[in-house]
Amino acid sequence: MTEPMVRAEGVQKSFGANTVLRDVSFTVERGEVVCLIGPSGSGKSTLLRCVNHLEKIDAGSLTVDGEHVGYARSGDHLRELRESEIGRHRAEIGMVFQRFDLFKNMTAAENVAAGPVHVKGVSRKLARQAAVELLARVGLAGLENRYPTQLSGGQQQRVAIARALAMEPKLILFDEPTSALDPELVGEVLEVMRSLAAQGMTMVVVTHEIAFAREVADRVIFMDGGVIVESGPPSEVLERPRHERTRSFLARVN
Amino acid sequence: MARAPREHANLRVISPRPWGEWLAGAAVALVLIWLVWTVLDTPTLDLASIPRFLVMQAMLVGVGQTLILTAVAMAVGIVLGLLSAVAYLSSNRVLRAVAWAYVWFFRGTPVLVQLIFWFNIGIVFKNISIGIPFGPELFSVPTNDLITPISAAILGLGLNEGAYMSEIIRSGVMSVDSGQVEAARALGMSKAKSLRVVILPQALRIIVPPTGNELIGMLKTSALASVISVTELLGASSRIYSANLKVVEVLAAASIWYLLLTSLLSLGQYFLERRLAIGSGLVPSAMPGASLFRGRRRAAVSTERDGDDRIAVARSAV
Repeated sequence: MTEPMVRAEGVQKSFGANTVLRDVSFTVERGEVVCLIGPSGSGKSTLLRCVNHLEKIDAGSLTVDGEHVGYARSGDHLRELRESEIGRHRAEIGMVFQRFDLFKNMTAAENVAAGPVHVKGVSRKLARQAAVELLARVGLAGLENRYPTQLSGGQQQRVAIARALAMEPKLILFDEPTSALDPELVGEVLEVMRSLAAQGMTMVVVTHEIAFAREVADRVIFMDGGVIVESGPPSEVLERPRHERTRSFLARVN
Repeated sequence: MARAPREHANLRVISPRPWGEWLAGAAVALVLIWLVWTVLDTPTLDLASIPRFLVMQAMLVGVGQTLILTAVAMAVGIVLGLLSAVAYLSSNRVLRAVAWAYVWFFRGTPVLVQLIFWFNIGIVFKNISIGIPFGPELFSVPTNDLITPISAAILGLGLNEGAYMSEIIRSGVMSVDSGQVEAARALGMSKAKSLRVVILPQALRIIVPPTGNELIGMLKTSALASVISVTELLGASSRIYSANLKVVEVLAAASIWYLLLTSLLSLGQYFLERRLAIGSGLVPSAMPGASLFRGRRRAAVSTERDGDDRIAVARSAV
């Protein structure tokens, strides 16, 4: 059996006295699309941010492609890496944020090329060519030289997806990618994500778009109160939930 | 939508008369005329000598010294400020404490005191040496060889300026929203890289206007160096007027130089700000004072189209 892309075992995380994740375990297989759903404050965004070590876990273990993100293993202990060394791990994990967080001093193409140029050391010319192609892939041909403030929310989020793709990641984490968008712009972003899923990209998506989860996810994980309440294919979790908490959450969002 | 009847479309709009503005204008004009009259009517004031003082050799040397002092002290201040701001924002607690202490000390003591202090440092420390603390000395020079009036002035003004620049740069860096910093981290950028590539270019927009003020302030504060016998603009002026006793005329000439130089700096700042506005969706307000010379009607039209103009300017500036 091959090592899963993401393997979380007994992950715990608290912010001060506030425990956000208690003993969370799950795996994401290669090429799998996993949607994390649950009420706000359930810990799903924090869990996602732990995967690329934007948040440090307090206990348990979390590996991506067999490596402990943010740590170097020597024998039976883990040495925490410096921020500059963690970059090497993070470069292989794409992330798309709720508020897009494009670099406002750069054009769309420069945003997409930023990772390859400044992290991988690709030449500006090559990175720019690749960026233009990626932008065309997310439906933004011709907008390469626009600055983020000159783009709609949906366009900005598609640039952000292209920026993540430019690093040729093994895995992309989406943190509520459509929550900050006007309703009429949600579709265009989901469309891009749908096509990524169809191309076999491994994706972990924190989302409130139940319809998207139903259609695209291979597996849905429902979280509440810092634990995974249930997980399984959307046909089970979303259609025939076993737990009362899942049922009442779905009744509220549908 | 139904269109308004034609006859209404042809009605003329009459704006209220700006009585207040006319009244204020008349009052100011009266005061100005009276001022000019008084100046011309004072026989003890030798107006004709001012142009001569303006271009006097000693005065021009003073202008040069002021410019050099301002530029070097400001450069020292910006470098120190950047180092201090980065130290202040780092996760290293020792560095943070050092930066805090630096800002606390140099912002908390008058710059005039610092100038006199550095100028006289040779009284207590006869030699300045480089070596290992409590260990052997590698290199030593007499303090008085290093501390000349101009180097003491650069040291005093620069160290003081660094404390202010540190706060300006820090606020600029903190103005960049943390989401972008996180996005840079998620891409795998190191802290230094994201500071250079993402944060500083955006922070500059916040940093430049107050830095322009600081530069203009420095040009004027450099006059303090005259007390430690630097012959910058004020020092040169005081030498000239102590010889010919035309104090007011010489100082008027010096003020004209200061005004000319500060005006040039503000102009430079305006163009720099316009360049830095790229991508921000904002353009700086019109040149200082420019609105006074623009008609009311145009001003109204340009506010209406503000949104489009912004993008147009941002693009054309690329």
